[in-house]
Amino acid sequence: MSELTRISLAEARDLLGKKELSSKELTEAHAAAVEAARPLNAFITETPDRALAMAEASDARRARGEAGLLEGIPLAIKDLFCTEGVLTTAGSHILDGFQPTYESTVTANLWREGAVLLGKTNLDEFAMGSSNMTSHYGGAENPWRRSDSNAKLVPGGSSGGSAAAVAARCALGATGTDTGGSIRQPASFSGIVGLKPTYGRCSRWGIVAFASSLDQAGPMTRTVRDAAIMLRAMAGHDPKDSTSVDRSVPDYEAALTGDVKGLRIGVPKEYRVDGMPAEIEAIWQQGIDWLTAAGAEVREVSLPHTKYALPTYYIIAPAEASSNLARYDGVRYGLREAGDAPLVEMYEATRAAGFGEEVKRRLLIGTYVLSAGYYDAYYNKARQVRSLIARDFAEAYNHVDLLLTPTAPSAAFAMGEKMDDPVAMYLNDVFTVPASLAGLPGISVPAGLSADGLPLGLQLVGRAFDEETVLRAGGVLEAAAAFDAMPAFVAA
Amino acid sequence: MAIDKATVYGIARLARIRIDEAQAQSLVGELGNILDWVEQLGEVDTEGVQPMTSVVEMRLPLREDAVTDGGKPDDIVKNAPEAAHGFFVVPKVVE
Amino acid sequence: MLIEGDTGTWEMVIGLEVHAQVISEAKLFSGASTAFGAAPNSQVSLVDAAMPGMLPVLNRVCVEQAIRTGLGLKAHINHFSVFERKNYFYPDLPAGYQISQYAHPIVGEGTILLDLEDGEVREVGIERLHLEQDAGKSLHDQDPYKTYVDLNRAGVALMEIVSKPDLRSPAEAGAYLRKLRSILRYLGTCDGNMDEGSMRCDVNLSVRRPGDPLGTRTETKNVNSIRFVQQAIEIEARRQVEVLESGGTVVQETRLFDHRSGETRSMRSKEEAHDYRYFPDPDLLPLELDPAWVAEIKAALPELPDAKKRRFMEDFGLSAYDAQVLVAEQANAAFFEAVLQGPKGRRDPKTVANWVTGAYFGALNASGVGLAEAPVDAEKLGGLLDLIADDTISGRIAKDVFEEMWQTGRPAGEIVEAKGLKQITDTGEIEAIVDKIVADNPDQAAQVAEGNQKVVGWFVGQVMKATQGKANPGVVNKLLKGKLGG
Ligand SMILES: [Mg+2]
Ligand SMILES: [Zn+2]
Repeated sequence: MSELTRISLAEARDLLGKKELSSKELTEAHAAAVEAARPLNAFITETPDRALAMAEASDARRARGEAGLLEGIPLAIKDLFCTEGVLTTAGSHILDGFQPTYESTVTANLWREGAVLLGKTNLDEFAMGSSNMTSHYGGAENPWRRSDSNAKLVPGGSSGGSAAAVAARCALGATGTDTGGSIRQPASFSGIVGLKPTYGRCSRWGIVAFASSLDQAGPMTRTVRDAAIMLRAMAGHDPKDSTSVDRSVPDYEAALTGDVKGLRIGVPKEYRVDGMPAEIEAIWQQGIDWLTAAGAEVREVSLPHTKYALPTYYIIAPAEASSNLARYDGVRYGLREAGDAPLVEMYEATRAAGFGEEVKRRLLIGTYVLSAGYYDAYYNKARQVRSLIARDFAEAYNHVDLLLTPTAPSAAFAMGEKMDDPVAMYLNDVFTVPASLAGLPGISVPAGLSADGLPLGLQLVGRAFDEETVLRAGGVLEAAAAFDAMPAFVAA
Repeated sequence: MAIDKATVYGIARLARIRIDEAQAQSLVGELGNILDWVEQLGEVDTEGVQPMTSVVEMRLPLREDAVTDGGKPDDIVKNAPEAAHGFFVVPKVVE
Repeated sequence: MLIEGDTGTWEMVIGLEVHAQVISEAKLFSGASTAFGAAPNSQVSLVDAAMPGMLPVLNRVCVEQAIRTGLGLKAHINHFSVFERKNYFYPDLPAGYQISQYAHPIVGEGTILLDLEDGEVREVGIERLHLEQDAGKSLHDQDPYKTYVDLNRAGVALMEIVSKPDLRSPAEAGAYLRKLRSILRYLGTCDGNMDEGSMRCDVNLSVRRPGDPLGTRTETKNVNSIRFVQQAIEIEARRQVEVLESGGTVVQETRLFDHRSGETRSMRSKEEAHDYRYFPDPDLLPLELDPAWVAEIKAALPELPDAKKRRFMEDFGLSAYDAQVLVAEQANAAFFEAVLQGPKGRRDPKTVANWVTGAYFGALNASGVGLAEAPVDAEKLGGLLDLIADDTISGRIAKDVFEEMWQTGRPAGEIVEAKGLKQITDTGEIEAIVDKIVADNPDQAAQVAEGNQKVVGWFVGQVMKATQGKANPGVVNKLLKGKLGG
């Protein structure tokens, strides 16, 4: 095992900056870790040759005195980001063999800042899932194990491969995307930091769409500082995305002052859901205590429509997905089945073979709620409730600056658990979905371990475009928690 | 809301996803459960509430009317399962 | 127009949906070119091909063109409109949805004035105008088992302009399309070429007993010339009457017009299980128009055919018919006004109108050239008219001169000079000729004396013949009347 994979992204950056380390060394160590971590199935595609070439180019730039924000830093990329000339699958059979001729804006931003591509990480098919088990390439495995069992656990989802890769020390950071919790929940399950920025902060251009009004890219790292560094490189206005906001990108790292004195933190009472495990409740209370001790004012707030967030989400996201995924029709890229049959049969056979069960289920639900006679009862109703949910947050932010909640209602579960009841699986996102519906920034920070030794995360949700306060308070939580437990599997 | 097999077949047809008898049967239950669950939204009073159009507070940006793209037919058909003479090729469409 | 059936009279009720291709450099949501005739898939962006992760960004000029057209149709401009997705699977629709407008179009109700054959003017309502993407092109004849798809057209901006069901005959439908095309061309928002497909028409039609409520309608898709629209209406209306009179019911459906067989037929394939599942496109925000922008576009609108026609009638005393013919094409109206304006002030509007709509347009048609390439320009035609006005030549001679001008491109004065066509206005010279002809034809002179006025005309002809048409007809007439006492 290399020490070079144990350091944080910020530490690596500083060593590279002082020329005590080359990107080539750093990248070789990580490429070896990626290979060593194959049992986790965290990567769909490894790109060691490209990584090495990028690292050498980075070292050459640095020698010329040019260095971006992530100069020489090896990263893993969720396989939902289109990468030029590199297989991009979205975890689906239907994109078999698809090699984009273009680069997503977010990844292009990362390369512009000097980062190095280690490979493309596993994910739930089209980001639809909370376990990574819906991937056509098989589930990624959580590097953590319960203290009393060797059962394989899920890393959470949909950005499960990214979470596993970062937790297992294969990459200094990874990109994720979050539609209803797909960055924050796997971060919580895998003991890492995951930040979903404000909707509109990172460009969606070149990211395979799941639900356009919700999808947002963000960083997954081992420290809050690393998330701040990575977000700065990823974010920015993109004229190719009509929902990308034209605002300058702050130096998020500078926001990490460690000072939350006087910051008003809300604890939404509706998040105390029935049947919440005691240890989740305990870690939440722990978070309240830490922030209070640091000088923040914690108070209860009300988000009255919280219980409707999940059903709202499970109408809006499938509806948008049913339309977004219509383009996978066997004509322009990816899989084609029954190519000699009449057109409609070709479509139906291709989509039947190309999509997995969960994706089909959501496409059918989405098709149904948009269909004639049901639009108002389902889709339009959900959009109205979404307005009410956003209004709840706006009202809360009249009184507080941030909200503190658990990230997920449980620790990581075992592969195979919860798999037969879609609705039970959907409940994983109960604490993350409301902020997604309101487009607000949220972070998950590892806060402690469950009784059986699994990481638990706390979530902070901020005002729109106030990632700085989210990161600042996240940093305080991180310092207080001093989370230094290591997963059972660390790439060596 | 109960949903029957014919409805499941109808939706699958609209979504262009072939399903077999066994899938249709199990989807009746799965989709029915999901719909039952989301129907709790019916409880919410949304009288006079504007449906959310976008969470971003901004105006729709407009692009300039300039030709900035195209001219790469090879890229366009590069990933196609079937292409000929620069066209995408699909099974014969009968009007 | 009423149809006489076996069981009585029927009235047709027609509404037209026109898809007009917006004049713009780039597509509605991408930077690919809209130009015609390029190699397959060469004017396609990743967005148009619906590659994974691609996003639409709206073209400002396409929006401006829609606003301009709405203003030209005296329609309500909606300052809030929404792009929605119309979902269906088809190989020439790469995303599996068309971005269109549905519940909230950019333009609401307006009106259009029809100029009918009999000079009557009728008002027809516009229901709405919305912006949407064109589809790609499927080629079915390249391979026996395959269809080829070219996405060059995919994503080009269209305006769908929907009339109210106010039309009652094929003639009115034709007048509507001609007027709409004229307005679009004046505005520069669509070139209106139906044979190139930049203007396409769907016909909604039902029949009923006069005074009854509306019957069930059919929609006949993609009829691509005004003549075919009129034929399709005729044929479809008769088909519906036959169905109803034989006790059947008209099925609400989409039909296709086949101009070769002269039939409309059901497009059941297209009809099957259509449920477009419209919903607001989450990749785009609602379109909110700045009122100042709309006002700016309005202020810059050109004079449109109706206003121009009114001005031509009021200021120049033209007939409704002449004014109509002149304003139908903006270039023609401009040509008329150019001829009207002489170096020494305004020429006589009626003479100018007669010459422009008569000899001049006739020559254009016969030679098949456009105004821009015509051998006689406004200045030369004006020069000819000035020679008539100052009695240098007669109107009859002018016709010959004009023909010569058209052949050679030479100015009128030069031709008149070179060929000695100047009118004889010297009364003495004409009188000598008149006297000789009267003396040579005593029988005819006697007939005039007996009261047969027609024979005066024969004498005029003889004099003109003797002078090769150069004698001033007024002088000839006056002299003859004096001599013959007619
Ligand atoms: Mg229509
Ligand atoms: Zn249309």
